Order: sequence, then structure tokens, then C-alpha cells
Amino acid sequence: MLLPWAETMGVEGVPVTGPSVLQRRPVEVPSGAASDAVAAAAAAEPACFTDLHLDQVVATITAGREAYELTPFFHAPLTDPDDVAYRHEVFFDLADDARRTVIAGFGRDMRLVREQRARAAALLDPRQGWRVYLDAALTYCSAVSRLASGLAEHPPGSRALRALAAYVDRYTSGAAFTSLRAEAMRIEGALDDVRYELTVEQDRVVVRRASEAPDDGAAIARTFARFSGERFGGEPRRRRRESRRDDPAANQIESAVLERVARLYPDAFGALEAFAGHYQTYLDPVVATFDREVQFYLTTLEYVARFERAGLPFCYPSVSADDKAVRARDAYDAALAHGLLAGGGSVVCNDFELRPQERIFVVTGANQGGKTTFARTFGQLHYLAALGCPVPAREASLYLFDQVLTHFEQEEDVRTLRGKFQDELMRMHALLEHTTDRSVVILNEALTATTSHDAALVGRQVLSRLLEQDVLGVWVTFIDELAGLDPAVVSLVCGVDPEDPARRTFELRRRPADGRAHAIAIARAHQLTYAELRRRLRS
Amino acid sequence: MRPRLLHPDREFDTHGRLPRQAATLVQDLELSTLTAAMARGDKRIADIAQRALLAPLTDLDAIAYRQAVVRDCLAHPNDARALYALAVAAIERAEQASWAFMPRKPASIVRHARDVLLAYLESLRALRRLADRRGEHVASDALRVFFELIRRELDDAALREMERHLRALRFTAGIRVSAGLGPANKARDIVLHHGRARARVWTRLERWWPPLRRRREPAFSYQLDPADENGVRALDEVRDRILEGVSVTLAQASEQVAGFFHALRSEMAFYVGCLNLAERLGELGAATCLPEPVADAPGPWQAQGLYDPCLALSADQPPVDNDVAPQAASLVIVTGANQGGKTTFLRSVGLAQLMLQAGMVVAARSLRAGACAGIFTHFKREEDASMTSGKLDEELARMSAIVDELRPGSLLLLNESFAATNEREGSEIAHQIVDAVTESGVRVYFVTHLDDFARRRYERDAAGTLFLRAERRPDGERTFKLRPGAPERTSHGMDLYRAIFGDADDGVGDAEDEAAGPTADAHPPHTPT
Repeated sequence: MLLPWAETMGVEGVPVTGPSVLQRRPVEVPSGAASDAVAAAAAAEPACFTDLHLDQVVATITAGREAYELTPFFHAPLTDPDDVAYRHEVFFDLADDARRTVIAGFGRDMRLVREQRARAAALLDPRQGWRVYLDAALTYCSAVSRLASGLAEHPPGSRALRALAAYVDRYTSGAAFTSLRAEAMRIEGALDDVRYELTVEQDRVVVRRASEAPDDGAAIARTFARFSGERFGGEPRRRRRESRRDDPAANQIESAVLERVARLYPDAFGALEAFAGHYQTYLDPVVATFDREVQFYLTTLEYVARFERAGLPFCYPSVSADDKAVRARDAYDAALAHGLLAGGGSVVCNDFELRPQERIFVVTGANQGGKTTFARTFGQLHYLAALGCPVPAREASLYLFDQVLTHFEQEEDVRTLRGKFQDELMRMHALLEHTTDRSVVILNEALTATTSHDAALVGRQVLSRLLEQDVLGVWVTFIDELAGLDPAVVSLVCGVDPEDPARRTFELRRRPADGRAHAIAIARAHQLTYAELRRRLRS
Repeated sequence: MRPRLLHPDREFDTHGRLPRQAATLVQDLELSTLTAAMARGDKRIADIAQRALLAPLTDLDAIAYRQAVVRDCLAHPNDARALYALAVAAIERAEQASWAFMPRKPASIVRHARDVLLAYLESLRALRRLADRRGEHVASDALRVFFELIRRELDDAALREMERHLRALRFTAGIRVSAGLGPANKARDIVLHHGRARARVWTRLERWWPPLRRRREPAFSYQLDPADENGVRALDEVRDRILEGVSVTLAQASEQVAGFFHALRSEMAFYVGCLNLAERLGELGAATCLPEPVADAPGPWQAQGLYDPCLALSADQPPVDNDVAPQAASLVIVTGANQGGKTTFLRSVGLAQLMLQAGMVVAARSLRAGACAGIFTHFKREEDASMTSGKLDEELARMSAIVDELRPGSLLLLNESFAATNEREGSEIAHQIVDAVTESGVRVYFVTHLDDFARRRYERDAAGTLFLRAERRPDGERTFKLRPGAPERTSHGMDLYRAIFGDADDGVGDAEDEAAGPTADAHPPHTPT
């Protein structure tokens, strides 16, 4: 059971500056003000998240790691290609099993540290609490030492992990760490040497130092061992539960015994109590921050691995802040695919490409043909690329935007047709106000709440504004004529199986918008094509 | 430490799964009649005997190992019964000491196991006395080694040591353990120490002369207010915790001692069963003998005075027996009159084989036979009487299940198999199956009315096949003896008709029967089943 991040870390005291694995600039912790990561933590969910189903993607990625509060990291896309490269390097480092095992092991160790600290605080008997607190310190020391040695054994190539390794090396050879570890180990040794004798009488317990008395339990076992048979012997026939209760808390008698053991061994227990008092804030803030930030990579890699096991590709895209010629091969909607993985459905991948002068995909065609999915895919790919993450495609070159703006039809709107159209225009206007020449814009089934004539008129206007602003985007629409409006517009039509027009292929093809293509296919299915009708009418 | 009276190298499996063909063998050979006679009302004997019969030994040394014990038991029946009774009494006494419900908490487990072990301790002493007294009188390896084991492992020192530990577990001076500090400073590595024998003496001395006390280790005590219910419960928890390790040890020890006596009881049950059977058949005037197992199964087979013990037991009279001349034919075809003793003969062969391979006495004056790899029966079922394809299907399914398990060297007893169809088809099936299995090294005894099959076999391979025929005197009376003889064309159903209807002149019959003439006293001496 993990507790919320900040509370359990106990990171406080003098701010320390150290490397961050999420950003190139070193962070100052725990003061926070200068940390981009902390700033990101405050960032609210981007408006496009729901429309693009990125909220689902991020929820799936971060599931099980809630205690790390990773979600804010996913709310802060990068705009500099070198920042993206900085993260890609870390991903490449962690693609190595040995190195990832080191880092993941460190994460597990640190979780144990936090659990132990929480458990120590919950124990009522102080002598128990101190002991578990000591355990936490020892776990921490071995966690950091193992991280240091693990990184030395598997030297990372990324700027981020190289800097971190150097920091950890300095830290583990520093006085603060070495004295903490030495003192904790000394006390543990002293406690390990404690051995006491306990006599339980009718209503009294007596505690004294243990003497050299024979192990009569073992003697009993030896005496009766002669009866062991090959089938019945050795193991009891019915397996008994080894330990009845795993309650770490001492009961009244156990506490009384422990108190008396402490009196018999005052040195060991005195040192234990002093340790718990002196070492309240031993966790290094940079190490603790690393523990949290690196989870961003580990959890993303686990997410990606689930797709790769099912044969779905993920790749590290090349990103550019200048070149708007974007392309992807075998791209898909990660949120949709993840649901299909669980249900065993097959996922349809699509290629897309905008050549140098092209800017906007206009997608038309049959309903339920994969148009919206394509729009989301386009958005997800760009957004995930800007996080420095791998993207759901076999291969991709993507543009590094300043913002992703979306306009999806709001289905639950119960206002009048006129009110709805008005509202839609207002939203679209606001969107156009915010767009810059670096924006990605995704419009889905806009302008449905009016006549097609009006819609076409407004659509042309909006499209030319978007082209004027040189945005990159996708427009899913029923307004066919938008598709042929400008050389910068690419028309995509969602495909239908020619053999069985009722079946959608969910594949999008570059071709002129032609609303009738689909209708003719259906007509053929019902034998209502010209030739079919002639033939049928003849007979 | 296990008796090992049934196998030289392992325990007898009293709870394992029976072979798949077990139920069929029990039914076809009427094993329960045999085991009931062995049991003489003791259900345990019947169970063990059945298991021993259904798990035939194939190793000649293993058979000889049991036969030697049987010989000992026949020579000293009282000793055998006394050893069995001792094991029975030991387990009964332990069960009396047992609680109604198995306790679950360590402190209770310790008390329970201690009481049970104290009860067993008495029986161990009795066993030791028996070994001292009778150990010299046995000739078999199994019993000699067993008694030596008892005298070595249960010497006076060992018995005293057991008693000392069990008495110490009464904890009259409190439970004394030592421990270290484990996770969260809870006790770990808990070690039990018996109470100091002189504790009370010391206490008195100290009271009398206080300076003694200073020499002892410092001690801190905690006195519980008896009214503090939570404290009392906490103290119980502590007791359970510190006794957890020793409770496992003791539970294991009591299970092991129980395992020893259960094994002794099971294994002696088998031999007492053999004694009972030999005595009972002797009372009926039927001979029993220890057979002579020979290598090379199926190999030659030779018997004198072979009979079906189950028939003798259920009819409560001396049996009709048969001699089987030495022969190694891989196929024995038995034909002849209905109710002429064919099935009885088949059973007597199967039972003798099973009893031989269980290491028991057999129902014959003498028997010399190899140990088969497996013994299988395929008997006509009552419900097979109607000739429908469903029946044949069922019959062949049973056959197929047997074939799954057949190995070279097995013995297969077929009793009116493949009769659930017309004779031509039945014969054809029989030919193919019998050819295949005999050529695979399986010996087949086939009681059959499939004339076509039997005749063709006779014409083809009279030398390699033994043909036996249920004897029928010229006057039509059955002797229930089998004689070598070529298959005849009819099965003398007419005889039976006449015997039952008592009417010779009914106008029904064939030429052969007419020639036989009337039979006034053609009733069989007893009714074979």
C-alpha cells in the first residue's frame, strides 16, 4: 500500500541541486520554485485530452503507480526537439534489460523504504517503531548502493542517466551517506546479537539473558525422527499454515517482554532509540526525485510492451519544430487498441503523409468508417511525440507543436439547433483566436448543426483561415467540397470492402471525396446497380 | 522406520488409486467373496487383501519375500495374530487419547500430540517386549529384519528419552524458550528448553539462603492481573507463538508414529487374512498351497487340484477341482456344455494367478506358474444378452480400454466375449483380436460358444492352442471337470433344458442329445455362478 508521494518521502531541509531525468536543466529540490517538473505538476489537463482519448491513454499508462503522481508529467509537452531527444536517450538506455532491471529494482526498493517508514510510524510500541525505522534506513542505503553499482556495471549512454550516475557516485561516497549506513549497520548487528530467555508461567512471564541451553525442540525432532517413513514421514500429511497471523504489532505481553529485553540490553536499545531520533531526514532529495521521475519511463515502457507483445508497433518518431511534412506508417489509436487487446479484437493501422506543401487532411466517407479514430490517431501521435515518448506507429516523422487544439462535436448538447450552431461557431472562433503557425488543429464533425449550404459556406471560411495561419491538422467532415478546396488540403476517404460493402475496412485512402462510392457499393450488394437492375428487369 | 512386511524396499500403498481394471476384476472374479473369507468380519483385512490382489507382484523375489512371511505365520499363527492385535490396540489407544476435533492452535496441538504420543509409547514398549520374546522364532527375512529393527531402534535408552521429552512437555515449571529479535523486534529463532529439573529445589534453597540468588542472571518479570482478560488472551497468543515450532515437530512426530503403527496394522492384516483363508478352506476340506512362481511369464502353467475358492466358500462345500497339465500355449480355448464349469475354471485360473502374484496361498494342491505383467478379464455381462449393436459397442469399448493397458506377458481371460452380435461377426472380431493380442505376447484363456471361431482355430492351429472341453458324461451328467478335447458343435443347452424340466421326451432336441438318453440325477452338485 503506497502512500501519497510527498508525505512519505520526507524530503525536506536544505535545497539541493541535481540532475533530472525529465529535463535538461538541473532541478533544485525540494524548494520547488525552479523545478520545471514541479511546475508541470501544477499544470492542468490539456483541453484536447478528452477529445483525443489521451485521458484514457494516460490513465492506463499511470495505473498502478498512482502514488508517484505521474499524471502531471503527461500534461507538459515539450517544444524543443533537443528536449525530446533528451528523453529518447533515456528510453533507449532503459530498453536494455539489465539496465532497466537495475532501475526497476531501485524503484521497488524505494517503495519498500516508504512502506517501512509508514509502518514504523503506525507501530504503537516505540521499540518496534524504531526497529522498523532502522530497517527503512538500511533498505534505503542498500537501494542507493545497488543503484550506484548497477549503473557502474551497466553504464548508461543518455545524458540524463550519466549525470544521475555521477551524482549518485558522489552522494554514496559522501560523509552523510556513509555514516548513516555505518551507524545503521552497527545497530542492526548489536540487535542481532541479542538473545533472551523467556519463561511463560500461568500468569507471569520472566525474561532473562539467554544461557547456553540445549535445543530441546530439535532433540524431540531427533528422537522421533526414527519413525519417519518414506511416504508419511518427512512432511506432515496435512500442510499446516506456517504462520497464523502476520501481525507485526506486539500485543500487551510482547511489549512487556520487549521492554524487559531492552533493560537487559541497554546499549543496543539505547543506540536504536538515538538513531531514530537523529536520522529523521536522511533521504536525498535528488535521489528521491529521480525515483519518481524515472517511473515516467518505466511505466511507459511497460505500456508499450503490452502492445508489442500483441504485435502492434511502437516507435520513436523523428521530430522537428520546422518541418511540417509529417508522415507515419501503421499508425493507430492507442486507446482503442488497448481496449481491443483485452477483448481480442484486431486493430486496423493507417498510414498518413503530408507532403511539404500540404497541411490539412480532410476526411470524408461512411459513418463508423474510422474517420474519428484517424483524427484521434493523428492527435495522439503528435502529443505523445511531444512528451518524448514512443508513439503507436511503425515509423513516424512528426511536427513539434506549441499546442493541440481540438473541436469535437458535442453530442449531449440538448439546446436548439440554432443555439447549438451559435455555440459551435463561438467555440470555433475561440479556437481560431488561439491558433498559431505552430498549432495542430483537429476538427471532428464540425458544423453539423446547420444546413449543408450554410455549413459549406462557413466551412470554406474556416478552412481558409486555418490555411492562412499555416496550421497542421485533420478535419473530419461531411462537407465534401472542402476536400478539393486548396492544394494544401489532402482528401482522405475511408474505405469500404468492395466485396461486402456493409463491412468497413477502417482504412483511409488518399482520393477525391465522393460520397457516392459507398452508396454504389451498397447498391451492388442489393443488386440495384444499373446492370443488375437491367438484368433483373429484363427477366 | 517402517515395518516393510509386504515389500522389501518400500511401504505398502494403502491409499493409492487402484488400477483402472480393478473394478472389473473384482466383479468378474468375485474377489469380494475371497476377501470376505480372509477378513472374517474385519473390514480392514478385506480392504488390504483386495489392494494386494489388485496390485500383482511381477518380481519373483518380491513374491518369495511375502511367501516366507506367510510360511512364518502358518507356523506360528498366534504370533502373527498377536502382532496384528498389538497394532490394532495401539491405534485404538491413540484414538482414545485423541480429541474429538483436531486442535488448530499451537499450544493445543502440543498438548494433543503429547497425549497421543504418550499413548503410543505404551504400545512401543509392548512391541519391544514382543520382539524380545518372539524375535528368534521367525524364519522370514521380513519379520527377522523387522524385529531386529524394533530391538535396535526402540532400545531402553530410546524409550527413556521419548518418555523424558513427553513428560517435559507438561510444562509444570512454565514454558521456557530462548529467542532473538526478528522483524519489528518480534521474537524470532525461538528455541524450546525443557524446564530446569531442579528449579523447585533451587527456589527453596534461595529462599533459605539468599546469597545464592545473586549468582543467577538478572531477571525481569511481568505479573499479569488474572482479571485482565485482554492480558490473559495476549498471554495465550504468546504461548501459541513460542510453541509454533515445537507444535509442528510434535504433530509430525505423532503422525510418523501413527504412520508406523498404521503400516504395521495394514501389513499384518494381509497376513492374518492369509491365515484366515487357509484355515477356512481347510475346514471345507479344500487344499491350499504356496505356489511355485517361475520366471518367464507367461511361460508354462501347471496345476493340480485347481479350484475356484470363491465357489467353495459361497457353496460351503468342497469344490470340484481340475488338473492342468504343463503347457505353455499362448491360447487356451474352453468349450463345452453350459453350466459345465467353464466359467468356474476360468475364475480359478484368474484367482490362482492373482493370489500367486499377491504372495498368498492359492486354491490348489500345487501350482507352478510365471508372474504375469498384468491380469485382465473380459466377461460377458448379463445385460449383454440381447443382440444389439449398442451392446456390442459397449463390449468393444471395454475391450478397447483393456487393450490400452495390455503389455506383453499379460494374462487375458475372455468369457463369452463378442457374443453380442451374430456368430459370424462375433467370430471374425474374435479372430482379429485374439490373433493380435496373442502375437503380442499375451496369454489368452477364452471360454466361448463361438463355434465358428473355435472350429477354425482348431483346424488352423491345433498344436499351438490348448482346447479344453467341459466334460459331459454319455448320460448327459456334468462332472464340472475340463478335459482336453476338440470343440464340439453344440453347447448342450438341451441337457440343461431336460435337467430343469425333468422331461426327456419333449420332442425337442438333436441327434446327439437323443443318443444321450434320459438323465434322472443330472442336477449339478452345486450351482456355478
